[in-house]
Amino acid sequence: MIISIASGKGGTGKTTVATNLALSLGKGTRLLDCDVEEPNAHLFLHPEITETEEVSTVIPIIDDALCTGCKKCAEICRFRALTVVGKKVLVFPELCHSCGGCMEVCPEGAVTEGKRQLGVMESGHCGELGFSQGRLRVGEAMSPPLIKKVQKNRNDASTIIIDAPPGTSCPVIAAMKGSDFVLMVTEPTPFGLHDLKLAVEAVKILGIPSGLIINRADIGDDRVVAYAKEEGLPILMEIPFDRKIAEAYSCGIPIVEAMPEWKNKFRSLYGRIEKLVPSGGQPQ
Amino acid sequence: MIRELVIVSGKGGTGKTSVTAAFASLAQNSVLCDADVDAADLHLLMAPVVRKKTDFMGGSLAEIRREDCVECDRCRELCRFEAISADYVVDPISCEGCGVCVDLCPEHAIDFPVQKCGEWFISDTRFGPMVHARLGIAEENSGKLVSLVRQETRKLAEERGFDLILTDGPPGIGCPVIASVGGAAALAIIVEPTVSGLHDMQRVAELAVHFKVPGLVCVNKFDLNLEMTEKVEAYGRSRNMTLLGRIPFDPIFTRAMIEGKNVMEYAPDSQAAAAINDVWGKVMAFPAMNVMGIKDFSSIIK
Repeated sequence: MIISIASGKGGTGKTTVATNLALSLGKGTRLLDCDVEEPNAHLFLHPEITETEEVSTVIPIIDDALCTGCKKCAEICRFRALTVVGKKVLVFPELCHSCGGCMEVCPEGAVTEGKRQLGVMESGHCGELGFSQGRLRVGEAMSPPLIKKVQKNRNDASTIIIDAPPGTSCPVIAAMKGSDFVLMVTEPTPFGLHDLKLAVEAVKILGIPSGLIINRADIGDDRVVAYAKEEGLPILMEIPFDRKIAEAYSCGIPIVEAMPEWKNKFRSLYGRIEKLVPSGGQPQ
Repeated sequence: MIRELVIVSGKGGTGKTSVTAAFASLAQNSVLCDADVDAADLHLLMAPVVRKKTDFMGGSLAEIRREDCVECDRCRELCRFEAISADYVVDPISCEGCGVCVDLCPEHAIDFPVQKCGEWFISDTRFGPMVHARLGIAEENSGKLVSLVRQETRKLAEERGFDLILTDGPPGIGCPVIASVGGAAALAIIVEPTVSGLHDMQRVAELAVHFKVPGLVCVNKFDLNLEMTEKVEAYGRSRNMTLLGRIPFDPIFTRAMIEGKNVMEYAPDSQAAAAINDVWGKVMAFPAMNVMGIKDFSSIIK
């Protein structure tokens, strides 16, 4: 079973839900932090990292000795990562999308594969809980290839919890794709509702069943609840605004550690999700 | 000279938009720009009346014409994004828009239509004009749209004689944030006093170093954790950023939001409003925000 935690709006509690759900399930579970721009789950789990892997993407390297300046590479590149000045090809690696077009069309074999570092993937564990995260290199614009890499790191865990980035554009889609269930976390405010609607549309495009957690459920108004009813989106959990939770969060302490009675609530949340996934999350 | 203040946070949900909206109440002769095109929220507090709507044409996507396809499999071999299925249908979500299959299909059986990826708007609000956008769901090119929205805001400010731009930035440190920061007169980072808030602020500050912009730090909800507030401020100072002050945690931000107002309008006598007033005073007194547009190299983030 693969569960993605998503939200649309940032700061609604994705990481809180992902880490507490993972900690409550424990053995056989792996948490993948796919919010590679700002990975935060490690701040609550303090995992022991046992493997670090540099993740890179392919970029062109031009062999000036073979290049005749025919411009075919620059002509196929839609991302303007190659330009020809006089007879010399200039490469702008940060614009490259790694499509391989330039390598394919070069008649002289003068374009070979180089690398641009996207970031690192770190894996390890936190007690019996498996853990992997991506950490985008600061200055790197393209996160989806790194997210895809982290997302595939499933080892032999039977339950995968994916902490997705905020928003609804390509990084979020990359994180959620292939999940059995998307658990959306929102707060009952106009911003929370507006961005939840966008996230629901994104999940619809992917055709994945979903449910909702309302965080800080007692602030704001009842429009999120009304919207969830209208959409047929099941509300699976409500977390109240509690200064104790907020303060524990601010220090990096998971709810289930500060208030152990929450462990059962997260376990029964998982049980409810299992019932909502057609195949029970088992590979068909 | 036009000065642009860009407001970011690294972490989402720290109060960027609420603070930007409150600044709009205090700013004189300013234009608003919502650069969070992926999950734009500023309009919810601004009630913009759209004056001009323009389609945002992003990249192109491959489309195989089945009647001309001879199933030679060349496109599937070439595609590095696994976007073409075994029965030769392109998955629009996976397609990167590189056009390699389009150019190299031996039968020329692949079209490459330009896609509408969103819309952008010029609007009027009770605080002056606002430029904002809506990226289509599951779309790419958010950085391009952010750049476009910022350019159009600047153009509008030049044409109509506004000298201040308030830009509400996106969360994170990726493509849309990179497109938000360059060329700003000053970058204000709104931070919440939590381990995540500090961690994410550090990453966005590191990013800002590449752009050589002057930096400001404001702690929001500071009273949730005083010790973390001090850590955030100490980190800000260590990066040569100027401290703007502290805004208390207050549910009136949520209540104001529900009324579609900013906190200066909704609760002008609150402590939060007084704190924001002070913060704004410091923003405007920041040397990098001078009306002459003289760059203040002594205050860039290091």
